[in-house]
Amino acid sequence: MLQVKVYRYDPEAGKGAKPYFKIYEVDTQGKDLMVLEVLNLVKEQDETLAYRRSCREGVCGSDGMNMNGKNGLACVTALSEVLKSGEVLVLRPLPGLPVVRDLVVDMTPFYKQYEKVKPYLINDDPAPAIERLQSPEDRDKLDGLYECILCACCSTSCPSFWWNPDKFVGPAGLLQAYRFLADSRDQATDERLSDLEDPFSVFRCRGIMNCVNVCPKGLNPTKAIGHIRTMLLSRAS
Amino acid sequence: MVTNVTSLGRSGLYDWMIQRATAVVVGVYVCVIVGFLLQHPDLSYEQWKAFMTTTAMRIFSVLSFIAVVAHVWVGLWTISTDYIKPMWLRLSFQGFCAVALFMCFVWAVLILWGV
Repeated sequence: MLQVKVYRYDPEAGKGAKPYFKIYEVDTQGKDLMVLEVLNLVKEQDETLAYRRSCREGVCGSDGMNMNGKNGLACVTALSEVLKSGEVLVLRPLPGLPVVRDLVVDMTPFYKQYEKVKPYLINDDPAPAIERLQSPEDRDKLDGLYECILCACCSTSCPSFWWNPDKFVGPAGLLQAYRFLADSRDQATDERLSDLEDPFSVFRCRGIMNCVNVCPKGLNPTKAIGHIRTMLLSRAS
Repeated sequence: MVTNVTSLGRSGLYDWMIQRATAVVVGVYVCVIVGFLLQHPDLSYEQWKAFMTTTAMRIFSVLSFIAVVAHVWVGLWTISTDYIKPMWLRLSFQGFCAVALFMCFVWAVLILWGV
């Protein structure tokens, strides 16, 4: 039997409701289940447990959570990845975001930062009949950038985002910022860079690479942030 | 764009450059001092004084003091904006750091020119 310790919080439980951990016993039948499957078994025992999930294959990014201290997607994280033998599985909501209930967090601060980087192509030229073409080389520059699924695992593992969620864009937002800075079809490079030049938006990144460590898609926001810094430096010198 | 009145360069890019450039200056200064000490294993006070009071070393020392002050300010400013959320406490801390750094700088220059 696997012991699962789950963070529980119900703001509707009345005045003074406080978060606590609840321990469940789950029979995994010796299988190396995904954490999401374990959560589904817990849900069978206790229907009041709340968590997000949708595609259950690492595409939608809904079930980002903290598993034994490390952020990740529950649906693509096997028990063997987070447990050493005999350990308890401890599930917490993504750190640094307000908890709505149990493992469900309010993603508003994360989305606000994402919105700030204008995550869409800005091109004032009249739209061509079919599509805006790119050379294969220019298209290659977007690899490792466009794959982000906005699960927030990276930003919520970043201490700079914990301390300044209203000012620091965070690794996910900055990865997207560079995705459009690197896009040969985008015409707002200067405007985008000007928006990022302040002491917080980009430069609060201290390069500790927690974001790289936890990204379930294997992306490298720290590298993208480095490219943004280089672009800012080139523009100013 | 997030602005902050107490940031040294008023821009993340300038603060970032200041921190890196000052780190290089301090790094070179430390190498020069360590190099001199290694070349003089039986260093006397007179030799040390003669080295430190040359015009070139005085200029380099003052430049390094300025670099240390700027580097420390950017670092402490970053720490204060991370961890100290009440504005009055953050500004008080920043004010204390600014005065302390200025005093240290003046003190260091007085020592350098006093010998």
